Amino acid sequence: MHACARKPPGFSSLCRKKYLKNPVSGGILMGMATPRPQPLELHAHAMDNLRYIRQTIERAGSFTAVPGLGGVLMGSTALAAAWAAGPAARGGRWVAVWMAEAILAAAIGVAGSAWKSHRAKLSLLSGPGRKFAAAFTPAMAAGALLTAVLFQHGMTALLPGLWLLLYGSAIVSGGSASVRVVPLMGFCFMAAGAAALLEPAAGCVLLGAGFAGLHILFGTIIAVKYGG
Amino acid sequence: MAARESTAKKEREKRPAAGLVAAPAATAHTLDRLVHERLRLGILSALAVNESLTFNELKRLLDTTDGNLSVHARKLEEAGYVGCAKSFANRMPKTEYKLTAAGRRALERYLDHMEALIQATRDK
Repeated sequence: MHACARKPPGFSSLCRKKYLKNPVSGGILMGMATPRPQPLELHAHAMDNLRYIRQTIERAGSFTAVPGLGGVLMGSTALAAAWAAGPAARGGRWVAVWMAEAILAAAIGVAGSAWKSHRAKLSLLSGPGRKFAAAFTPAMAAGALLTAVLFQHGMTALLPGLWLLLYGSAIVSGGSASVRVVPLMGFCFMAAGAAALLEPAAGCVLLGAGFAGLHILFGTIIAVKYGG
Repeated sequence: MAARESTAKKEREKRPAAGLVAAPAATAHTLDRLVHERLRLGILSALAVNESLTFNELKRLLDTTDGNLSVHARKLEEAGYVGCAKSFANRMPKTEYKLTAAGRRALERYLDHMEALIQATRDK
Protein backbone atom coordinates (compact mmCIF):
# COMPACT_ATOMS: atom_id res chain seq x y z
CA MET A 1 0.00 0.00 0.00
CA HIS A 2 1.17 3.52 -0.70
CA ALA A 3 2.97 5.13 2.22
CA CYS A 4 0.88 8.29 2.11
CA ALA A 5 -2.43 6.67 1.30
CA ARG A 6 -3.75 6.43 4.84
CA LYS A 7 -1.77 9.33 6.26
CA PRO A 8 -1.64 8.37 9.93
CA PRO A 9 -1.59 11.19 12.50
CA GLY A 10 1.69 13.06 12.31
CA PHE A 11 2.66 11.57 8.94
CA SER A 12 2.94 14.88 7.09
CA SER A 13 5.02 16.31 9.89
CA LEU A 14 7.40 13.31 9.61
CA CYS A 15 7.80 14.08 5.91
CA ARG A 16 8.36 17.72 6.61
CA LYS A 17 11.03 16.92 9.17
CA LYS A 18 12.79 14.67 6.61
CA TYR A 19 12.37 11.40 8.50
CA LEU A 20 10.64 10.12 5.36
CA LYS A 21 12.26 11.98 2.48
CA ASN A 22 10.19 10.77 -0.47
CA PRO A 23 6.58 10.20 0.55
CA VAL A 24 5.26 10.29 -3.04
CA SER A 25 7.15 7.39 -4.67
CA GLY A 26 6.59 5.11 -1.68
CA GLY A 27 10.11 3.61 -1.92
CA ILE A 28 10.62 0.51 0.19
CA LEU A 29 7.00 0.26 1.24
CA MET A 30 5.85 0.06 -2.38
CA GLY A 31 8.38 -2.70 -3.09
CA MET A 32 7.06 -4.75 -0.20
CA ALA A 33 3.57 -4.60 -1.56
CA THR A 34 4.36 -6.49 -4.82
CA PRO A 35 1.49 -8.89 -5.35
CA ARG A 36 2.20 -12.65 -5.56
CA PRO A 37 1.22 -14.55 -8.68
CA GLN A 38 -2.18 -16.15 -8.50
CA PRO A 39 -1.84 -19.70 -7.11
CA LEU A 40 -2.81 -22.51 -9.45
CA GLU A 41 -5.86 -24.42 -8.35
CA LEU A 42 -4.99 -28.00 -7.43
CA HIS A 43 -7.66 -29.50 -9.66
CA ALA A 44 -6.39 -27.45 -12.62
CA HIS A 45 -2.92 -28.77 -11.93
CA ALA A 46 -4.34 -32.30 -11.76
CA MET A 47 -6.08 -31.87 -15.11
CA ASP A 48 -2.91 -30.46 -16.62
CA ASN A 49 -0.96 -33.46 -15.37
CA LEU A 50 -3.51 -35.92 -16.72
CA ARG A 51 -3.37 -34.13 -20.07
CA TYR A 52 0.42 -34.39 -20.04
CA ILE A 53 0.26 -38.11 -19.23
CA ARG A 54 -2.23 -38.71 -22.04
CA GLN A 55 -0.09 -36.78 -24.56
CA THR A 56 3.06 -38.62 -23.52
CA ILE A 57 1.32 -41.98 -23.80
CA GLU A 58 -0.03 -41.06 -27.23
CA ARG A 59 3.40 -39.95 -28.42
CA ALA A 60 5.18 -42.94 -26.91
CA GLY A 61 2.77 -45.62 -28.00
CA SER A 62 2.62 -46.67 -31.60
CA PHE A 63 -0.83 -47.54 -32.80
CA THR A 64 -0.79 -51.05 -31.41
CA ALA A 65 -4.56 -51.24 -31.71
CA VAL A 66 -4.06 -52.57 -35.27
CA PRO A 67 -5.80 -55.88 -34.66
CA GLY A 68 -3.74 -59.02 -35.20
CA LEU A 69 -6.58 -61.44 -34.53
CA GLY A 70 -8.86 -59.23 -36.61
CA GLY A 71 -6.31 -59.53 -39.43
CA VAL A 72 -6.38 -63.32 -39.19
CA LEU A 73 -10.18 -63.23 -39.32
CA MET A 74 -10.09 -60.85 -42.31
CA GLY A 75 -7.71 -63.26 -44.04
CA SER A 76 -10.08 -66.15 -43.40
CA THR A 77 -13.07 -64.30 -44.85
CA ALA A 78 -10.91 -63.25 -47.84
CA LEU A 79 -10.10 -66.92 -48.43
CA ALA A 80 -13.81 -67.70 -48.45
CA ALA A 81 -14.45 -64.73 -50.78
CA ALA A 82 -11.72 -65.87 -53.19
CA TRP A 83 -13.36 -69.30 -53.33
CA ALA A 84 -16.85 -67.83 -53.77
CA ALA A 85 -15.84 -65.25 -56.41
CA GLY A 86 -14.08 -67.74 -58.63
CA PRO A 87 -10.79 -67.66 -60.53
CA ALA A 88 -11.62 -65.02 -63.18
CA ALA A 89 -11.94 -61.29 -62.51
CA ARG A 90 -15.04 -60.61 -64.55
CA GLY A 91 -18.73 -59.96 -64.17
CA GLY A 92 -20.88 -58.17 -61.64
CA ARG A 93 -21.05 -61.18 -59.34
CA TRP A 94 -17.26 -61.31 -58.93
CA VAL A 95 -17.16 -57.61 -58.04
CA ALA A 96 -20.17 -57.96 -55.71
CA VAL A 97 -18.52 -60.80 -53.78
CA TRP A 98 -15.35 -58.80 -53.26
CA MET A 99 -17.30 -55.65 -52.35
CA ALA A 100 -19.18 -57.62 -49.70
CA GLU A 101 -15.86 -58.98 -48.48
CA ALA A 102 -14.45 -55.44 -48.30
CA ILE A 103 -17.39 -54.28 -46.16
CA LEU A 104 -17.12 -57.34 -43.91
CA ALA A 105 -13.34 -56.89 -43.57
CA ALA A 106 -13.78 -53.19 -42.70
CA ALA A 107 -16.31 -54.10 -40.01
CA ILE A 108 -13.94 -56.76 -38.60
CA GLY A 109 -11.06 -54.29 -38.68
CA VAL A 110 -12.96 -51.55 -36.82
CA ALA A 111 -14.39 -54.00 -34.28
CA GLY A 112 -10.96 -55.60 -33.75
CA SER A 113 -9.30 -52.20 -33.27
CA ALA A 114 -12.00 -51.09 -30.84
CA TRP A 115 -11.66 -54.32 -28.85
CA LYS A 116 -7.88 -54.05 -28.70
CA SER A 117 -7.98 -50.36 -27.75
CA HIS A 118 -10.53 -51.12 -25.06
CA ARG A 119 -8.29 -53.84 -23.64
CA ALA A 120 -5.37 -51.41 -23.56
CA LYS A 121 -7.65 -48.83 -21.86
CA LEU A 122 -7.04 -46.39 -24.72
CA SER A 123 -9.52 -44.55 -26.85
CA LEU A 124 -9.84 -45.79 -30.44
CA LEU A 125 -9.89 -42.15 -31.53
CA SER A 126 -6.81 -41.20 -29.52
CA GLY A 127 -3.98 -39.33 -31.30
CA PRO A 128 -2.39 -42.36 -33.01
CA GLY A 129 -5.82 -43.76 -33.91
CA ARG A 130 -6.86 -40.53 -35.58
CA LYS A 131 -3.53 -40.31 -37.41
CA PHE A 132 -3.89 -43.88 -38.63
CA ALA A 133 -7.43 -43.26 -39.89
CA ALA A 134 -6.46 -39.96 -41.54
CA ALA A 135 -3.56 -41.58 -43.39
CA PHE A 136 -5.46 -44.76 -44.24
CA THR A 137 -8.64 -43.24 -45.67
CA PRO A 138 -7.49 -41.26 -48.78
CA ALA A 139 -6.03 -44.24 -50.61
CA MET A 140 -9.12 -46.29 -49.79
CA ALA A 141 -11.41 -43.52 -51.08
CA ALA A 142 -9.36 -43.34 -54.29
CA GLY A 143 -9.66 -47.12 -54.60
CA ALA A 144 -13.45 -46.96 -54.27
CA LEU A 145 -13.69 -44.28 -56.98
CA LEU A 146 -11.35 -46.10 -59.37
CA THR A 147 -13.26 -49.34 -58.80
CA ALA A 148 -16.49 -47.70 -59.94
CA VAL A 149 -14.79 -46.16 -63.00
CA LEU A 150 -12.96 -49.32 -64.08
CA PHE A 151 -16.08 -51.43 -63.55
CA GLN A 152 -18.11 -49.05 -65.73
CA HIS A 153 -15.52 -49.38 -68.49
CA GLY A 154 -15.39 -53.15 -68.18
CA MET A 155 -11.76 -53.19 -67.02
CA THR A 156 -12.33 -55.53 -64.09
CA ALA A 157 -9.15 -57.46 -64.84
CA LEU A 158 -7.20 -54.54 -63.43
CA LEU A 159 -9.17 -54.45 -60.18
CA PRO A 160 -7.16 -57.08 -58.22
CA GLY A 161 -3.90 -55.21 -58.80
CA LEU A 162 -5.51 -51.86 -58.08
CA TRP A 163 -7.09 -53.05 -54.82
CA LEU A 164 -3.90 -54.68 -53.59
CA LEU A 165 -1.78 -51.67 -54.50
CA LEU A 166 -4.05 -49.06 -52.93
CA TYR A 167 -4.82 -51.13 -49.84
CA GLY A 168 -1.09 -51.62 -49.40
CA SER A 169 -0.35 -47.92 -49.78
CA ALA A 170 -3.13 -47.11 -47.29
CA ILE A 171 -1.54 -49.47 -44.76
CA VAL A 172 1.94 -48.07 -45.38
CA SER A 173 0.66 -44.52 -44.81
CA GLY A 174 -1.45 -45.39 -41.80
CA GLY A 175 1.18 -47.69 -40.36
CA SER A 176 4.02 -45.18 -40.61
CA ALA A 177 3.22 -44.20 -37.01
CA SER A 178 2.70 -47.79 -35.94
CA VAL A 179 4.83 -50.81 -35.10
CA ARG A 180 7.25 -51.74 -37.89
CA VAL A 181 5.43 -54.85 -38.97
CA VAL A 182 2.37 -52.85 -40.10
CA PRO A 183 4.08 -50.81 -42.86
CA LEU A 184 5.99 -53.96 -43.82
CA MET A 185 2.65 -55.68 -44.39
CA GLY A 186 1.61 -52.69 -46.51
CA PHE A 187 4.71 -52.99 -48.68
CA CYS A 188 3.98 -56.69 -49.25
CA PHE A 189 0.44 -55.80 -50.38
CA MET A 190 1.89 -53.17 -52.71
CA ALA A 191 4.32 -55.68 -54.19
CA ALA A 192 1.48 -58.14 -54.77
CA GLY A 193 -0.55 -55.34 -56.36
CA ALA A 194 2.29 -54.36 -58.66
CA ALA A 195 2.70 -57.98 -59.74
CA ALA A 196 -1.05 -58.27 -60.37
CA LEU A 197 -1.06 -55.11 -62.49
CA LEU A 198 1.92 -56.30 -64.51
CA GLU A 199 0.39 -59.75 -64.97
CA PRO A 200 -3.42 -59.31 -64.93
CA ALA A 201 -3.95 -63.00 -65.74
CA ALA A 202 -2.62 -63.89 -62.29
CA GLY A 203 -4.62 -61.10 -60.64
CA CYS A 204 -7.23 -63.29 -58.96
CA VAL A 205 -4.67 -65.69 -57.55
CA LEU A 206 -2.61 -62.80 -56.20
CA LEU A 207 -5.76 -61.15 -54.84
CA GLY A 208 -6.68 -64.27 -52.87
CA ALA A 209 -3.09 -64.92 -51.80
CA GLY A 210 -2.65 -61.29 -50.79
CA PHE A 211 -5.82 -60.61 -48.87
CA ALA A 212 -5.97 -64.08 -47.32
CA GLY A 213 -2.32 -65.07 -46.97
CA LEU A 214 -0.77 -61.73 -46.00
CA HIS A 215 -3.57 -60.92 -43.54
CA ILE A 216 -3.26 -64.29 -41.85
CA LEU A 217 0.57 -64.16 -41.79
CA PHE A 218 0.96 -60.61 -40.50
CA GLY A 219 -2.14 -60.86 -38.33
CA THR A 220 -0.57 -63.79 -36.51
CA ILE A 221 2.69 -61.88 -36.03
CA ILE A 222 0.85 -58.82 -34.66
CA ALA A 223 -1.35 -60.96 -32.43
CA VAL A 224 1.61 -62.82 -30.96
CA LYS A 225 4.02 -59.90 -30.61
CA TYR A 226 1.69 -56.98 -29.93
CA GLY A 227 -1.00 -58.38 -27.72
CA GLY A 228 -3.95 -59.56 -29.79
CA MET B 1 28.55 -23.97 -3.87
CA ALA B 2 27.42 -27.16 -5.59
CA ALA B 3 26.65 -28.72 -2.22
CA ARG B 4 24.51 -25.71 -1.25
CA GLU B 5 22.61 -25.95 -4.55
CA SER B 6 22.06 -29.64 -4.00
CA THR B 7 20.72 -29.04 -0.49
CA ALA B 8 18.45 -26.29 -1.75
CA LYS B 9 17.16 -28.59 -4.45
CA LYS B 10 16.39 -31.31 -1.92
CA GLU B 11 14.57 -28.77 0.22
CA ARG B 12 12.52 -27.70 -2.78
CA GLU B 13 11.52 -31.29 -3.47
CA LYS B 14 10.38 -31.78 0.13
CA ARG B 15 8.15 -28.71 -0.08
CA PRO B 16 4.75 -28.86 -1.76
CA ALA B 17 4.76 -27.98 -5.47
CA ALA B 18 4.98 -24.21 -5.93
CA GLY B 19 1.83 -22.37 -6.71
CA LEU B 20 -0.55 -25.00 -5.43
CA VAL B 21 -3.45 -24.18 -3.21
CA ALA B 22 -3.43 -26.29 -0.06
CA ALA B 23 -5.16 -29.56 -0.83
CA PRO B 24 -7.40 -31.66 1.34
CA ALA B 25 -5.01 -33.32 3.77
CA ALA B 26 -5.67 -36.90 2.71
CA THR B 27 -4.98 -36.15 -0.93
CA ALA B 28 -2.02 -33.86 -0.65
CA HIS B 29 -0.12 -36.01 1.80
CA THR B 30 -0.56 -39.21 -0.16
CA LEU B 31 0.69 -37.71 -3.44
CA ASP B 32 3.84 -39.49 -4.53
CA ARG B 33 6.35 -36.64 -4.84
CA LEU B 34 8.66 -38.86 -6.83
CA VAL B 35 6.03 -39.31 -9.54
CA HIS B 36 4.68 -35.76 -9.28
CA GLU B 37 7.71 -34.20 -11.00
CA ARG B 38 6.93 -33.54 -14.67
CA LEU B 39 9.82 -35.35 -16.35
CA ARG B 40 9.61 -38.38 -14.06
CA LEU B 41 5.89 -38.53 -14.78
CA GLY B 42 6.73 -38.48 -18.50
CA ILE B 43 9.25 -41.31 -18.12
CA LEU B 44 6.75 -43.49 -16.28
CA SER B 45 3.95 -42.70 -18.76
CA ALA B 46 6.12 -43.50 -21.76
CA LEU B 47 7.32 -46.76 -20.25
CA ALA B 48 3.76 -47.72 -19.32
CA VAL B 49 2.87 -48.19 -23.00
CA ASN B 50 6.17 -49.68 -24.14
CA GLU B 51 7.81 -52.87 -23.01
CA SER B 52 11.12 -51.01 -22.85
CA LEU B 53 12.66 -47.80 -24.16
CA THR B 54 16.28 -46.87 -24.65
CA PHE B 55 17.83 -43.76 -23.15
CA ASN B 56 17.91 -42.07 -26.56
CA GLU B 57 14.29 -42.95 -27.32
CA LEU B 58 13.19 -41.45 -24.01
CA LYS B 59 15.33 -38.38 -24.58
CA ARG B 60 13.79 -37.80 -28.02
CA LEU B 61 10.29 -38.51 -26.79
CA LEU B 62 10.44 -36.22 -23.78
CA ASP B 63 12.51 -33.59 -25.56
CA THR B 64 15.03 -33.24 -22.77
CA THR B 65 18.77 -33.24 -22.22
CA ASP B 66 21.07 -36.16 -21.37
CA GLY B 67 21.85 -34.80 -17.91
CA ASN B 68 18.27 -34.04 -16.99
CA LEU B 69 17.01 -37.42 -18.13
CA SER B 70 19.75 -39.40 -16.43
CA VAL B 71 19.20 -37.61 -13.10
CA HIS B 72 15.46 -38.25 -13.08
CA ALA B 73 15.74 -41.79 -14.43
CA ARG B 74 18.21 -42.60 -11.67
CA LYS B 75 15.79 -41.34 -9.04
CA LEU B 76 13.09 -43.62 -10.41
CA GLU B 77 15.57 -46.46 -10.58
CA GLU B 78 16.62 -45.93 -6.95
CA ALA B 79 12.96 -46.01 -5.93
CA GLY B 80 12.52 -49.30 -7.77
CA TYR B 81 10.01 -47.80 -10.20
CA VAL B 82 12.05 -48.51 -13.33
CA GLY B 83 14.59 -51.16 -14.17
CA CYS B 84 17.71 -50.28 -16.09
CA ALA B 85 19.79 -52.63 -18.22
CA LYS B 86 23.08 -51.56 -19.77
CA SER B 87 24.54 -53.34 -22.74
CA PHE B 88 26.49 -52.74 -25.94
CA ALA B 89 25.00 -52.63 -29.42
CA ASN B 90 27.57 -52.37 -32.22
CA ARG B 91 30.16 -51.41 -29.61
CA MET B 92 27.99 -48.49 -28.53
CA PRO B 93 26.67 -48.39 -24.97
CA LYS B 94 22.93 -48.90 -24.80
CA THR B 95 20.80 -48.16 -21.74
CA GLU B 96 17.36 -49.65 -21.69
CA TYR B 97 14.62 -48.81 -19.21
CA LYS B 98 11.61 -50.88 -18.21
CA LEU B 99 8.73 -50.10 -15.91
CA THR B 100 8.65 -52.35 -12.85
CA ALA B 101 5.50 -53.60 -11.16
CA ALA B 102 6.07 -51.09 -8.36
CA GLY B 103 6.42 -48.31 -10.92
CA ARG B 104 3.19 -49.29 -12.65
CA ARG B 105 1.40 -49.36 -9.30
CA ALA B 106 2.83 -45.94 -8.40
CA LEU B 107 1.66 -44.46 -11.71
CA GLU B 108 -1.81 -45.98 -11.30
CA ARG B 109 -2.00 -44.66 -7.74
CA TYR B 110 -0.97 -41.21 -8.96
CA LEU B 111 -3.60 -41.29 -11.73
CA ASP B 112 -6.23 -42.28 -9.17
CA HIS B 113 -5.21 -39.32 -7.01
CA MET B 114 -5.44 -36.89 -9.90
CA GLU B 115 -8.85 -38.24 -10.91
CA ALA B 116 -10.06 -38.09 -7.31
CA LEU B 117 -8.95 -34.46 -7.08
CA ILE B 118 -10.84 -33.52 -10.23
CA GLN B 119 -13.89 -35.48 -9.09
CA ALA B 120 -13.83 -33.77 -5.70
CA THR B 121 -13.79 -30.38 -7.40
CA ARG B 122 -16.71 -31.33 -9.63
CA ASP B 123 -18.74 -32.58 -6.69
CA LYS B 124 -18.42 -29.23 -4.89
